[in-house]
Amino acid sequence: MVGSSFIRIIQAGFKSLRLHKLRSMLTMLGMIIGVWAVITLVAIGEGASHDAQEAIKALGANNVIVRSMKPMEDKVQLQGEMQWVSHYGLNNADATRILKTVPGVKRVLPILIHRKNVLHGKRNVDCRLVGTYPHYPSFTQSRIVAGNFINEMEEARQENSCVLSHDLAKKLFAGENPLMENVTVRGFESWQVFRVKGILEERTDLEKLPKSSKVMGKTLSTNVYIPLSTFKALYGVKNIDLSVGSVSSEIVHLTEIRVEFATAEEVIPALDLIKDALDKGRNGKVDYEIQVPINELNTLRAQKARDTRLLMYIACISLLVGGIGIMNIMLATVTERTREIGVRRALGATRGDITMQFLVETLMLCLIGGGIGVVGGWLFATFRHNIMHTTTIVTEWSVLLAFGLSVTVGLIFGIYPAQRAAHLDPIEALRHS
Amino acid sequence: MASRNIIELRNLAKTYDLGTVQVPALKGLDFEIKEGSYTAIMGPSGSGKSTLLNILGCLDRPTSGAYVLGEDDVAGMSDKELSHIRGTRIGFIFQSYNLIQQLDVVENIHLPLFYQGKDIKEYYDHCAKMAKKVGLGDRLEHRPMELSGGQQQRVAVARALVNEPLMLLADEPTGNLDSSTEAEILNVLDELHREGRTLVVVTHDDAVAERAERVIRLKDGLVDEDSLHTSNDIREIPQE
Repeated sequence: MVGSSFIRIIQAGFKSLRLHKLRSMLTMLGMIIGVWAVITLVAIGEGASHDAQEAIKALGANNVIVRSMKPMEDKVQLQGEMQWVSHYGLNNADATRILKTVPGVKRVLPILIHRKNVLHGKRNVDCRLVGTYPHYPSFTQSRIVAGNFINEMEEARQENSCVLSHDLAKKLFAGENPLMENVTVRGFESWQVFRVKGILEERTDLEKLPKSSKVMGKTLSTNVYIPLSTFKALYGVKNIDLSVGSVSSEIVHLTEIRVEFATAEEVIPALDLIKDALDKGRNGKVDYEIQVPINELNTLRAQKARDTRLLMYIACISLLVGGIGIMNIMLATVTERTREIGVRRALGATRGDITMQFLVETLMLCLIGGGIGVVGGWLFATFRHNIMHTTTIVTEWSVLLAFGLSVTVGLIFGIYPAQRAAHLDPIEALRHS
Repeated sequence: MASRNIIELRNLAKTYDLGTVQVPALKGLDFEIKEGSYTAIMGPSGSGKSTLLNILGCLDRPTSGAYVLGEDDVAGMSDKELSHIRGTRIGFIFQSYNLIQQLDVVENIHLPLFYQGKDIKEYYDHCAKMAKKVGLGDRLEHRPMELSGGQQQRVAVARALVNEPLMLLADEPTGNLDSSTEAEILNVLDELHREGRTLVVVTHDDAVAERAERVIRLKDGLVDEDSLHTSNDIREIPQE
């Protein structure tokens, strides 16, 4: 076929499809929905996975997080008697032991967290009071937005200095400059005043992590960071929590210990050693859990590959259904246009010309349908990403896949009706009424 | 007449194989049609008229015998070769016009050229000229639905002429028209005859056959009568 005559065939196809606009639209609908679904679903999945991966990466691929966890037997005991003080969890000795005994560990970061309420002027916000060491920002790859983080001297002197997380600073100061201002942290037993030294932005909000959410509860990233020494001096390690509606009291020295390895490869082999180091100071009591971001990342990637495969199956099925619909209509069209086929044959059209004509029409239905689906899916994803602010990423491969599948479907389901049209006996076809 | 033969049939036969029975439709036809002649083929139904039309139009192949169209014996040609012959040597005019609904007048006229790979852009003027020739110069972009029966048949005539065929093959060209439009179309055919084109009209209508200079009557698959006539004295319609 010469180039220009191919263009004419496409133009002729358009004319035929335009003759029955509603029918063509309805026929395309299957294709539109199929392609739209592929692109949208992949984009949603990709977005969610991107968020989760970012969150895990923020924890650090060469990090391990050890968290204090209330042992099961304690929870059972406490159900009836709420006044029990439970004593469990990690302490500084654990941190030191991990650093000293586990090979490959570069540094550790102890963190102690209590839930408090922070006030400035008339505003007050629920927050997490985070006691930690000065190397917290470099460890967590978070960013100092203004001022400085707590320094060694403040840690050594147990000073009442604090750093606010970005979200909290915005809420509490509403545009004013918080630096060197005082905030009051209100707890169950005491009121403490801290001077704001800086503002910190966490690399990614840890709370978005699916697994850690059950440990840390639901809050925004409203953190008040203070020196760990100050924390212990002011509050001790006993935490009384009124937030659940019942009084619970517990003694926990450290909420979590973050362990950083020099390389990500050293993480997995060292996990057993970390367990050994922790179990040495305990008599069989399991009051900690180990979170391994790189494991989660791998799990997530495997899961994503699974999800993607599943989506492909769904896509194939929906496009198959769409394709069958198209074939059905094309077969009806061939019957309806039998006479036209006869006329074209009489005027010199070969079987190849007729095959080409109907194949092009089917392909056009698929491609136009696919095109509308792509645009629709992309618009939806853009809307969701920019207006609903949910990460949605349209991937190139999903567009290519959707388009490729619609072409394939068009070819597979178009060839039979086209062949049938081409092999009609011209005499019979001309006589057809 | 000194002009050459456009068509030569040599002992042309067609038998339909219906599985259990063999139905002979044409039992051996021998005749020539000369260039520039105007021939009417007549005969009652069942006489083999339609079969002959299909073979002359290269839509069907004879079972035996030869059919020379132009210089070539087309009897043994492949489907693809026949398509090419139809598109280049034959101009069809059908009873029911058979225009393509989604195409306008010029596009319909262009159709035989399209299948010869000739682009409408280059041949637009030629197609428009054909439309003017049949008196539809002001309807170039009309759809068939917007035209009367007579006008549609004019488009069909223009379409049949567009590829300069060896012969115009008309199948009951006035069958769907009222008597005044019928005369109109027959005048167009007369005009084409005067221009020197070869016309073969298959019809059962005497009024149509009267215009032709030669009438071939078929009966039971054989030529019953082959007469040249200039007057109206031949009126012998064979009995079924």
